[in-house]
Amino acid sequence: MQVPVTEGVFTWPSDEPRLIGSKCLECGNHMFPVQSGCPRCTAANTEQVELSRRGTLWTWTIQGFPPKAPPYMGNTDPATFEAFGVGYVELPGEVKVETRLTVADPEQLNIGMEMEMVIVPLTTDDDGNEVVTFAFAPVEGSQS
Amino acid sequence: MSSVSSDDVAIVGIGMHEFGRHPGVSGMEQGAIAVRRACVDAGVSWQDIQFAFGGSAAAGAPDTMVSQLGLTGLQFINVANGCATGGSALISAYNMIKAGAYDLGIAVGFDKHERGAFRVNTKSSGLGDWYGASGMALTTQFFGMKINRYMQENNISHSTLAKVSEKAFHNGSLNPMAWRRKPLSEAEVLESAMLSYPLTQYMFCSPGEGGVALILCRADQAHKYSDKPIFLRSAVVRSRRFGSFEVLAPSLSIEHNAGPTVDASQAAFEAAGLGPEDIDVAQLQDTESGAEIMHMAENGFCEHGEQEHMLQMGETQIGGRLPINTDGGCLANGEPIGASGLRQVYENVLQLRGDAGARQVPNDPKVAYTHVYGAPGISGVTILSR
Ligand SMILES: [Zn+2]
Repeated sequence: MQVPVTEGVFTWPSDEPRLIGSKCLECGNHMFPVQSGCPRCTAANTEQVELSRRGTLWTWTIQGFPPKAPPYMGNTDPATFEAFGVGYVELPGEVKVETRLTVADPEQLNIGMEMEMVIVPLTTDDDGNEVVTFAFAPVEGSQS
Repeated sequence: MSSVSSDDVAIVGIGMHEFGRHPGVSGMEQGAIAVRRACVDAGVSWQDIQFAFGGSAAAGAPDTMVSQLGLTGLQFINVANGCATGGSALISAYNMIKAGAYDLGIAVGFDKHERGAFRVNTKSSGLGDWYGASGMALTTQFFGMKINRYMQENNISHSTLAKVSEKAFHNGSLNPMAWRRKPLSEAEVLESAMLSYPLTQYMFCSPGEGGVALILCRADQAHKYSDKPIFLRSAVVRSRRFGSFEVLAPSLSIEHNAGPTVDASQAAFEAAGLGPEDIDVAQLQDTESGAEIMHMAENGFCEHGEQEHMLQMGETQIGGRLPINTDGGCLANGEPIGASGLRQVYENVLQLRGDAGARQVPNDPKVAYTHVYGAPGISGVTILSR
Protein backbone atom coordinates (compact mmCIF):
# COMPACT_ATOMS: atom_id res chain seq x y z
CA MET A 1 0.00 0.00 0.00
CA GLN A 2 1.18 3.53 -0.76
CA VAL A 3 0.96 6.16 1.98
CA PRO A 4 1.78 9.89 1.65
CA VAL A 5 4.76 11.31 3.58
CA THR A 6 2.24 13.61 5.24
CA GLU A 7 -1.41 14.59 5.02
CA GLY A 8 -2.53 17.91 3.67
CA VAL A 9 0.42 18.74 1.39
CA PHE A 10 -0.82 17.02 -1.77
CA THR A 11 -4.08 15.30 -2.72
CA TRP A 12 -3.74 11.54 -2.34
CA PRO A 13 -4.87 9.05 -3.46
CA SER A 14 -5.58 10.68 -6.78
CA ASP A 15 -5.08 10.00 -10.48
CA GLU A 16 -4.08 13.62 -10.90
CA PRO A 17 -2.43 14.59 -7.60
CA ARG A 18 -2.11 18.29 -6.84
CA LEU A 19 -0.29 20.32 -4.23
CA ILE A 20 -2.54 21.91 -1.64
CA GLY A 21 -1.90 25.59 -0.95
CA SER A 22 -3.64 28.70 0.23
CA LYS A 23 -4.98 31.74 -1.56
CA CYS A 24 -5.33 35.11 0.13
CA LEU A 25 -8.92 36.36 -0.13
CA GLU A 26 -7.73 39.96 0.21
CA CYS A 27 -4.90 40.20 -2.36
CA GLY A 28 -5.02 36.91 -4.30
CA ASN A 29 -1.50 35.82 -3.25
CA HIS A 30 -0.88 32.05 -3.40
CA MET A 31 1.05 30.20 -0.72
CA PHE A 32 2.43 26.68 -0.32
CA PRO A 33 1.99 24.77 1.92
CA VAL A 34 -1.27 25.87 3.54
CA GLN A 35 -1.02 28.83 5.88
CA SER A 36 -3.50 31.14 7.51
CA GLY A 37 -1.75 34.51 7.19
CA CYS A 38 -0.64 36.25 4.01
CA PRO A 39 3.01 37.42 3.93
CA ARG A 40 2.22 39.75 1.04
CA CYS A 41 -0.55 41.92 2.49
CA THR A 42 -0.53 40.73 6.16
CA ALA A 43 -4.22 39.73 6.06
CA ALA A 44 -5.29 36.58 7.90
CA ASN A 45 -8.04 35.62 5.50
CA THR A 46 -7.04 32.70 3.28
CA GLU A 47 -8.78 29.73 1.67
CA GLN A 48 -7.36 26.33 0.79
CA VAL A 49 -6.80 25.74 -2.93
CA GLU A 50 -5.37 23.02 -5.15
CA LEU A 51 -2.42 24.31 -7.15
CA SER A 52 -1.65 23.85 -10.83
CA ARG A 53 -0.01 20.55 -11.84
CA ARG A 54 2.08 22.11 -14.62
CA GLY A 55 4.71 24.81 -14.53
CA THR A 56 8.20 25.79 -15.66
CA LEU A 57 11.55 25.07 -14.05
CA TRP A 58 12.76 28.31 -12.39
CA THR A 59 16.05 27.00 -11.00
CA TRP A 60 17.54 23.69 -9.96
CA THR A 61 20.40 21.86 -8.27
CA ILE A 62 21.36 18.24 -7.73
CA GLN A 63 21.56 16.75 -4.24
CA GLY A 64 24.87 14.95 -4.57
CA PHE A 65 25.29 13.52 -1.05
CA PRO A 66 22.91 11.71 1.31
CA PRO A 67 20.96 14.20 3.45
CA LYS A 68 21.13 13.65 7.21
CA ALA A 69 18.57 11.30 8.73
CA PRO A 70 16.55 12.44 10.51
CA PRO A 71 14.94 14.39 8.99
CA TYR A 72 15.47 12.62 5.62
CA MET A 73 13.40 9.44 5.20
CA GLY A 74 14.95 8.24 1.92
CA ASN A 75 18.07 6.17 1.32
CA THR A 76 21.12 7.57 3.12
CA ASP A 77 23.48 4.64 2.54
CA PRO A 78 26.52 6.22 0.84
CA ALA A 79 27.13 2.97 -1.09
CA THR A 80 23.72 2.95 -2.77
CA PHE A 81 22.59 6.60 -2.50
CA GLU A 82 21.47 8.05 -5.79
CA ALA A 83 21.70 11.78 -6.42
CA PHE A 84 18.37 13.50 -7.01
CA GLY A 85 17.34 16.82 -8.48
CA VAL A 86 15.77 19.64 -6.47
CA GLY A 87 14.31 22.78 -7.97
CA TYR A 88 11.71 25.48 -7.90
CA VAL A 89 8.88 25.10 -10.38
CA GLU A 90 6.93 28.23 -11.19
CA LEU A 91 3.21 27.51 -11.34
CA PRO A 92 1.94 30.27 -13.63
CA GLY A 93 0.13 33.05 -11.80
CA GLU A 94 0.36 31.17 -8.49
CA VAL A 95 3.65 30.48 -6.73
CA LYS A 96 7.06 28.83 -7.18
CA VAL A 97 7.18 25.54 -5.29
CA GLU A 98 10.33 23.79 -4.10
CA THR A 99 10.29 20.18 -5.18
CA ARG A 100 12.26 17.05 -5.87
CA LEU A 101 12.89 16.50 -9.56
CA THR A 102 12.76 13.11 -11.25
CA VAL A 103 15.88 14.03 -13.25
CA ALA A 104 19.37 14.38 -11.75
CA ASP A 105 21.43 15.04 -14.86
CA PRO A 106 22.68 18.61 -15.51
CA GLU A 107 22.47 17.92 -19.25
CA GLN A 108 18.76 17.25 -18.99
CA LEU A 109 17.75 20.18 -16.79
CA ASN A 110 17.19 23.63 -18.24
CA ILE A 111 15.71 26.71 -16.66
CA GLY A 112 12.37 27.39 -18.35
CA MET A 113 11.56 23.79 -19.32
CA GLU A 114 8.01 22.53 -18.77
CA MET A 115 7.43 20.36 -15.72
CA GLU A 116 4.55 18.29 -14.40
CA MET A 117 3.80 17.00 -10.91
CA VAL A 118 4.16 13.27 -10.20
CA ILE A 119 4.26 11.08 -7.10
CA VAL A 120 7.48 9.20 -6.33
CA PRO A 121 8.47 6.54 -3.77
CA LEU A 122 10.59 7.77 -0.85
CA THR A 123 11.01 4.77 1.48
CA THR A 124 9.23 1.79 2.97
CA ASP A 125 7.81 2.15 6.49
CA ASP A 126 7.84 -0.41 9.33
CA ASP A 127 4.50 -1.82 8.21
CA GLY A 128 5.74 -2.47 4.68
CA ASN A 129 3.91 0.50 3.16
CA GLU A 130 5.57 2.47 0.40
CA VAL A 131 5.90 6.09 1.59
CA VAL A 132 5.45 8.50 -1.32
CA THR A 133 6.07 12.20 -1.82
CA PHE A 134 5.65 14.69 -4.64
CA ALA A 135 8.14 15.54 -7.37
CA PHE A 136 8.13 17.27 -10.74
CA ALA A 137 9.13 15.59 -13.99
CA PRO A 138 9.99 17.14 -17.34
CA VAL A 139 7.00 17.08 -19.69
CA GLU A 140 7.78 14.72 -22.57
CA GLY A 141 9.12 16.55 -25.58
CA SER A 142 9.61 19.81 -23.67
CA GLN A 143 12.59 21.96 -24.57
CA SER A 144 13.49 25.11 -22.76
CA MET B 1 23.97 61.62 20.41
CA SER B 2 20.99 61.40 18.05
CA SER B 3 22.93 62.06 14.85
CA VAL B 4 22.97 58.86 12.80
CA SER B 5 26.43 59.55 11.44
CA SER B 6 28.19 60.28 14.74
CA ASP B 7 31.24 58.26 15.73
CA ASP B 8 29.95 57.55 19.17
CA VAL B 9 30.78 53.88 19.71
CA ALA B 10 34.29 52.47 19.52
CA ILE B 11 35.76 48.97 19.52
CA VAL B 12 38.70 49.00 21.92
CA GLY B 13 39.39 45.32 22.49
CA ILE B 14 39.24 42.21 20.34
CA GLY B 15 39.78 38.58 21.22
CA MET B 16 39.45 35.36 19.31
CA HIS B 17 39.76 31.67 19.94
CA GLU B 18 41.22 29.83 16.94
CA PHE B 19 38.59 28.56 14.50
CA GLY B 20 38.62 24.89 13.49
CA ARG B 21 38.10 21.64 15.36
CA HIS B 22 39.09 21.52 19.03
CA PRO B 23 38.33 18.14 20.59
CA GLY B 24 37.94 18.38 24.35
CA VAL B 25 37.41 22.15 24.35
CA SER B 26 33.77 23.15 24.73
CA GLY B 27 32.32 25.92 22.64
CA MET B 28 31.71 27.98 25.75
CA GLU B 29 35.32 27.59 26.85
CA GLN B 30 36.37 28.93 23.45
CA GLY B 31 34.06 31.88 24.05
CA ALA B 32 35.55 32.48 27.50
CA ILE B 33 39.08 32.40 26.07
CA ALA B 34 38.04 34.96 23.45
CA VAL B 35 36.64 37.19 26.22
CA ARG B 36 39.88 37.01 28.23
CA ARG B 37 41.94 37.82 25.15
CA ALA B 38 39.69 40.81 24.37
CA CYS B 39 40.11 42.07 27.95
CA VAL B 40 43.90 41.84 27.62
CA ASP B 41 43.72 43.67 24.30
CA ALA B 42 41.70 46.52 25.85
CA GLY B 43 43.72 46.53 29.07
CA VAL B 44 40.64 45.93 31.20
CA SER B 45 39.61 43.19 33.58
CA TRP B 46 36.34 41.26 33.52
CA GLN B 47 35.20 43.30 36.56
CA ASP B 48 35.28 46.44 34.39
CA ILE B 49 32.77 45.06 31.86
CA GLN B 50 29.35 46.58 32.60
CA PHE B 51 27.20 44.52 30.24
CA ALA B 52 27.40 41.66 27.77
CA PHE B 53 25.48 40.29 24.81
CA GLY B 54 26.29 36.69 23.96
CA GLY B 55 25.30 34.39 21.11
CA SER B 56 25.64 30.69 20.44
CA ALA B 57 23.48 28.43 18.28
CA ALA B 58 24.67 25.05 19.48
CA ALA B 59 27.09 25.39 22.41
CA GLY B 60 24.95 26.40 25.36
CA ALA B 61 23.42 29.54 26.87
CA PRO B 62 26.12 32.24 26.72
CA ASP B 63 25.18 33.87 30.03
CA THR B 64 26.27 30.73 31.88
CA MET B 65 29.87 31.59 30.95
CA VAL B 66 30.00 34.01 33.86
CA SER B 67 30.65 30.99 36.10
CA GLN B 68 34.00 30.67 34.29
CA LEU B 69 34.73 34.38 33.88
CA GLY B 70 33.61 35.64 37.26
CA LEU B 71 30.29 36.37 38.94
CA THR B 72 30.36 40.13 38.85
CA GLY B 73 26.61 40.70 38.55
CA LEU B 74 26.75 42.39 35.16
CA GLN B 75 23.80 42.61 32.79
CA PHE B 76 24.19 39.60 30.46
CA ILE B 77 21.66 39.06 27.66
CA ASN B 78 21.63 36.05 25.34
CA VAL B 79 21.01 36.61 21.66
CA ALA B 80 19.71 33.93 19.28
CA ASN B 81 19.19 35.06 15.71
CA GLY B 82 20.22 32.29 13.35
CA CYS B 83 23.25 33.02 11.21
CA ALA B 84 23.09 36.68 12.24
CA THR B 85 23.50 35.81 15.93
CA GLY B 86 26.97 37.37 16.23
CA GLY B 87 25.94 40.44 14.28
CA SER B 88 22.85 40.77 16.44
CA ALA B 89 24.91 40.61 19.64
CA LEU B 90 27.08 43.40 18.26
CA ILE B 91 24.19 45.63 17.19
CA SER B 92 22.62 45.15 20.63
CA ALA B 93 25.83 46.18 22.40
CA TYR B 94 26.25 49.10 20.02
CA ASN B 95 22.78 50.42 20.75
CA MET B 96 23.16 49.90 24.50
CA ILE B 97 26.09 52.33 24.45
CA LYS B 98 24.46 54.65 21.94
CA ALA B 99 21.43 54.85 24.24
CA GLY B 100 23.70 56.00 27.05
CA ALA B 101 22.83 53.12 29.36
CA TYR B 102 26.44 51.96 29.80
CA ASP B 103 29.98 53.04 28.93
CA LEU B 104 31.79 49.72 28.43
CA GLY B 105 30.45 46.36 27.29
CA ILE B 106 31.20 43.23 25.35
CA ALA B 107 29.70 41.25 22.49
CA VAL B 108 30.73 37.60 22.48
CA GLY B 109 29.87 34.72 20.18
CA PHE B 110 31.01 31.12 20.13
CA ASP B 111 29.92 27.76 18.78
CA LYS B 112 30.74 24.13 18.28
CA HIS B 113 28.82 22.21 15.61
CA GLU B 114 28.70 18.56 14.61
CA ARG B 115 30.44 17.54 11.38
CA GLY B 116 28.80 17.76 7.99
CA ALA B 117 26.09 20.00 6.59
CA PHE B 118 23.87 21.73 9.13
CA ARG B 119 21.00 19.51 10.25
CA VAL B 120 17.92 21.64 9.92
CA ASN B 121 15.31 21.41 12.65
CA THR B 122 12.23 21.92 10.49
CA LYS B 123 9.94 22.33 13.51
CA SER B 124 11.91 25.20 15.03
CA SER B 125 12.05 26.77 11.57
CA GLY B 126 8.26 26.69 11.38
CA LEU B 127 8.27 24.03 8.66
CA GLY B 128 6.55 20.65 8.43
CA ASP B 129 8.45 17.41 8.99
CA TRP B 130 7.55 16.28 5.46
CA TYR B 131 9.86 18.98 4.05
CA GLY B 132 13.08 17.50 5.39
CA ALA B 133 11.71 13.95 5.19
CA SER B 134 11.24 14.38 1.43
CA GLY B 135 14.87 15.39 0.83
CA MET B 136 14.61 19.17 0.95
CA ALA B 137 15.38 21.54 3.85
CA LEU B 138 19.12 21.52 3.10
CA THR B 139 20.76 24.94 3.11
CA THR B 140 23.26 23.61 0.55
CA GLN B 141 20.44 23.10 -1.96
CA PHE B 142 19.35 26.71 -1.64
CA PHE B 143 22.88 27.94 -2.35
CA GLY B 144 23.17 25.66 -5.38
CA MET B 145 19.81 26.79 -6.74
CA LYS B 146 20.41 30.50 -6.16
CA ILE B 147 23.84 30.62 -7.80
CA ASN B 148 22.80 28.28 -10.64
CA ARG B 149 20.12 30.72 -11.79
CA TYR B 150 22.36 33.71 -11.04
CA MET B 151 25.20 32.32 -13.17
CA GLN B 152 22.89 31.86 -16.14
CA GLU B 153 21.33 35.31 -15.80
CA ASN B 154 24.65 37.11 -15.31
CA ASN B 155 27.19 35.04 -17.26
CA ILE B 156 29.26 33.91 -14.30
CA SER B 157 31.61 31.01 -15.13
CA HIS B 158 32.48 27.90 -13.14
CA SER B 159 36.08 29.15 -13.19
CA THR B 160 35.04 32.31 -11.35
CA LEU B 161 33.19 30.28 -8.73
CA ALA B 162 36.39 28.32 -8.14
CA LYS B 163 38.53 31.46 -8.01
CA VAL B 164 36.57 32.61 -4.95
CA SER B 165 37.63 29.44 -3.12
CA GLU B 166 41.20 29.65 -4.38
CA LYS B 167 41.42 33.18 -2.96
CA ALA B 168 39.84 32.14 0.34
CA PHE B 169 42.26 29.29 0.95
CA HIS B 170 45.21 31.45 -0.05
CA ASN B 171 44.15 34.11 2.46
CA GLY B 172 43.49 31.41 5.05
CA SER B 173 47.05 30.17 4.59
CA LEU B 174 48.22 33.61 5.79
CA ASN B 175 45.97 33.60 8.87
CA PRO B 176 47.19 31.76 11.98
CA MET B 177 43.64 31.76 13.45
CA ALA B 178 42.08 30.11 10.36
CA TRP B 179 40.93 26.51 10.25
CA ARG B 180 41.99 25.62 6.70
CA ARG B 181 45.44 26.96 5.92
CA LYS B 182 46.35 24.87 2.87
CA PRO B 183 46.16 26.73 -0.45
CA LEU B 184 44.07 25.04 -3.14
CA SER B 185 44.26 25.72 -6.86
CA GLU B 186 41.28 26.58 -9.03
CA ALA B 187 41.59 23.14 -10.66
CA GLU B 188 41.58 21.34 -7.30
CA VAL B 189 38.44 23.24 -6.32
CA LEU B 190 36.68 22.39 -9.58
CA GLU B 191 37.67 18.72 -9.43
CA SER B 192 36.46 18.12 -5.87
CA ALA B 193 33.17 16.26 -5.28
CA MET B 194 30.05 17.92 -6.70
CA LEU B 195 27.85 18.41 -3.62
CA SER B 196 25.06 20.59 -4.91
CA TYR B 197 25.44 21.55 -8.57
CA PRO B 198 27.21 23.82 -9.52
CA LEU B 199 28.93 23.88 -6.11
CA THR B 200 31.73 21.45 -5.27
CA GLN B 201 33.08 20.38 -1.89
CA TYR B 202 35.76 23.07 -1.73
CA MET B 203 33.27 25.77 -2.65
CA PHE B 204 31.38 25.22 0.62
CA CYS B 205 32.35 26.22 4.13
CA SER B 206 31.83 23.74 6.94
CA PRO B 207 30.17 24.18 10.30
CA GLY B 208 33.05 24.50 12.77
CA GLU B 209 34.15 25.83 16.14
CA GLY B 210 35.53 29.04 17.53
CA GLY B 211 34.85 32.13 19.57
CA VAL B 212 35.18 35.90 19.18
CA ALA B 213 34.69 38.76 21.65
CA LEU B 214 34.64 42.50 21.01
CA ILE B 215 34.80 45.17 23.71
CA LEU B 216 32.88 48.36 22.93
CA CYS B 217 32.89 51.69 24.70
CA ARG B 218 31.74 55.29 24.39
CA ALA B 219 33.86 56.89 21.71
CA ASP B 220 34.88 59.79 23.95
CA GLN B 221 36.47 57.30 26.36
CA ALA B 222 38.13 55.14 23.73
CA HIS B 223 41.64 56.47 24.21
CA LYS B 224 41.61 55.26 27.82
CA TYR B 225 41.69 51.70 26.45
CA SER B 226 43.33 51.78 23.04
CA ASP B 227 45.66 54.00 21.08
CA LYS B 228 44.05 52.63 17.90
CA PRO B 229 40.30 52.68 18.60
CA ILE B 230 38.08 51.65 15.71
CA PHE B 231 34.75 53.41 15.38
CA LEU B 232 31.54 51.58 14.62
CA ARG B 233 29.86 53.86 12.11
CA SER B 234 26.74 51.74 11.67
CA ALA B 235 25.34 48.34 12.54
CA VAL B 236 22.14 47.16 10.89
CA VAL B 237 20.18 43.91 10.79
CA ARG B 238 17.30 43.38 8.34
CA SER B 239 14.95 40.46 7.75
CA ARG B 240 13.46 39.55 4.39
CA ARG B 241 10.61 41.30 2.67
CA PHE B 242 7.91 39.76 0.51
CA GLY B 243 9.25 38.40 -2.76
CA SER B 244 12.85 37.66 -1.76
CA PHE B 245 14.53 34.31 -2.48
CA GLU B 246 15.70 32.81 0.79
CA VAL B 247 17.04 29.65 2.29
CA LEU B 248 14.55 27.02 3.58
CA ALA B 249 11.55 28.21 1.60
CA PRO B 250 9.07 25.50 0.48
CA SER B 251 7.71 28.13 -1.88
CA LEU B 252 8.60 31.53 -3.31
CA SER B 253 6.26 34.21 -4.53
CA ILE B 254 6.01 35.07 -8.21
CA GLU B 255 6.91 38.67 -7.33
CA HIS B 256 10.58 39.51 -6.85
CA ASN B 257 12.34 41.53 -4.16
CA ALA B 258 16.08 42.04 -3.94
CA GLY B 259 16.37 40.61 -0.42
CA PRO B 260 17.55 41.58 3.06
CA THR B 261 21.20 42.11 2.10
CA VAL B 262 20.31 44.97 -0.22
CA ASP B 263 18.10 46.51 2.48
CA ALA B 264 20.68 46.13 5.26
CA SER B 265 23.49 47.44 3.08
CA GLN B 266 21.63 50.55 1.98
CA ALA B 267 20.53 51.30 5.55
CA ALA B 268 24.07 50.84 6.88
CA PHE B 269 25.60 53.12 4.25
CA GLU B 270 22.95 55.75 4.90
CA ALA B 271 23.43 55.64 8.68
CA ALA B 272 27.21 55.97 8.24
CA GLY B 273 26.95 58.71 5.64
CA LEU B 274 29.19 56.66 3.36
CA GLY B 275 28.92 54.73 0.10
CA PRO B 276 30.42 51.59 -1.42
CA GLU B 277 33.18 53.69 -3.03
CA ASP B 278 34.46 54.60 0.46
CA ILE B 279 35.11 50.99 1.49
CA ASP B 280 38.76 49.87 1.55
CA VAL B 281 38.29 46.28 2.72
CA ALA B 282 35.20 44.08 3.02
CA GLN B 283 34.24 40.82 4.68
CA LEU B 284 31.18 39.34 2.95
CA GLN B 285 29.22 36.22 3.85
CA ASP B 286 30.75 33.37 1.86
CA THR B 287 28.86 30.31 3.04
CA GLU B 288 29.86 29.07 -0.39
CA SER B 289 31.75 30.69 -3.21
CA GLY B 290 28.60 31.69 -5.09
CA ALA B 291 27.38 33.64 -2.07
CA GLU B 292 30.46 35.87 -2.11
CA ILE B 293 29.86 36.61 -5.80
CA MET B 294 26.19 37.48 -5.34
CA HIS B 295 26.86 39.44 -2.16
CA MET B 296 29.42 41.65 -3.94
CA ALA B 297 26.58 43.05 -6.03
CA GLU B 298 23.87 42.90 -3.36
CA ASN B 299 26.05 45.02 -1.07
CA GLY B 300 26.53 47.61 -3.79
CA PHE B 301 30.18 46.96 -4.68
CA CYS B 302 29.49 46.20 -8.36
CA GLU B 303 26.74 45.61 -10.87
CA HIS B 304 25.35 42.11 -11.34
CA GLY B 305 27.68 40.31 -13.74
CA GLU B 306 30.74 42.49 -13.14
CA GLN B 307 32.04 39.91 -10.65
CA GLU B 308 33.21 37.73 -13.55
CA HIS B 309 35.74 40.32 -14.62
CA MET B 310 36.65 41.35 -11.07
CA LEU B 311 37.45 37.81 -9.93
CA GLN B 312 39.28 36.91 -13.12
CA MET B 313 41.44 40.04 -12.76
CA GLY B 314 42.14 39.43 -9.06
CA GLU B 315 40.55 42.71 -7.99
CA THR B 316 39.26 41.21 -4.72
CA GLN B 317 42.57 39.70 -3.65
CA ILE B 318 44.48 41.21 -0.71
CA GLY B 319 46.46 43.46 -3.05
CA GLY B 320 43.50 44.23 -5.31
CA ARG B 321 41.21 47.21 -5.76
CA LEU B 322 38.68 45.93 -3.20
CA PRO B 323 40.08 43.16 -0.97
CA ILE B 324 37.29 40.78 0.12
CA ASN B 325 37.43 38.16 2.88
CA THR B 326 41.04 38.85 3.74
CA ASP B 327 41.10 36.32 6.61
CA GLY B 328 39.88 33.50 4.36
CA GLY B 329 36.20 34.08 5.12
CA CYS B 330 33.84 31.31 6.12
CA LEU B 331 35.42 29.09 3.46
CA ALA B 332 38.79 28.94 5.27
CA ASN B 333 37.54 29.57 8.82
CA GLY B 334 34.41 27.46 8.91
CA GLU B 335 31.17 28.75 10.33
CA PRO B 336 30.61 28.57 14.09
CA ILE B 337 27.32 30.42 13.83
CA GLY B 338 27.49 32.45 17.04
CA ALA B 339 31.01 33.68 16.29
CA SER B 340 31.04 34.02 12.52
CA GLY B 341 29.74 37.57 12.17
CA LEU B 342 32.01 38.77 14.95
CA ARG B 343 35.03 37.17 13.23
CA GLN B 344 34.44 39.49 10.29
CA VAL B 345 34.52 42.53 12.57
CA TYR B 346 37.62 41.18 14.35
CA GLU B 347 39.38 40.92 10.99
CA ASN B 348 38.37 44.44 9.99
CA VAL B 349 39.63 45.87 13.28
CA LEU B 350 43.00 44.19 12.66
CA GLN B 351 43.08 45.55 9.10
CA LEU B 352 42.18 49.10 10.18
CA ARG B 353 44.75 49.01 12.98
CA GLY B 354 47.36 47.83 10.45
CA ASP B 355 47.91 44.71 12.56
CA ALA B 356 46.86 42.02 10.07
CA GLY B 357 50.40 40.77 9.50
CA ALA B 358 51.03 38.72 6.36
CA ARG B 359 47.52 39.42 5.08
CA GLN B 360 47.50 43.18 5.76
CA VAL B 361 45.91 44.98 2.84
CA PRO B 362 48.41 47.46 1.41
CA ASN B 363 45.97 50.32 0.71
CA ASP B 364 46.23 51.95 4.17
CA PRO B 365 42.55 51.12 4.85
CA LYS B 366 40.38 53.68 6.60
CA VAL B 367 36.88 52.26 6.21
CA ALA B 368 35.85 48.60 6.39
CA TYR B 369 32.62 46.68 5.82
CA THR B 370 31.14 43.43 7.12
CA HIS B 371 28.12 41.47 5.94
CA VAL B 372 26.52 38.29 7.31
CA TYR B 373 23.62 36.43 5.75
CA GLY B 374 21.70 33.38 6.85
CA ALA B 375 18.50 31.53 7.55
CA PRO B 376 15.67 32.31 7.41
CA GLY B 377 16.56 35.35 5.29
CA ILE B 378 18.43 37.77 7.51
CA SER B 379 21.37 40.06 6.86
CA GLY B 380 23.58 42.09 9.15
CA VAL B 381 25.98 44.83 8.02
CA THR B 382 28.53 46.89 9.94
CA ILE B 383 30.71 49.75 8.79
CA LEU B 384 33.87 50.55 10.74
CA SER B 385 36.39 53.36 10.40
CA ARG B 386 39.60 54.50 12.03
ZN1 LIG C 1 -2.76 38.86 0.86
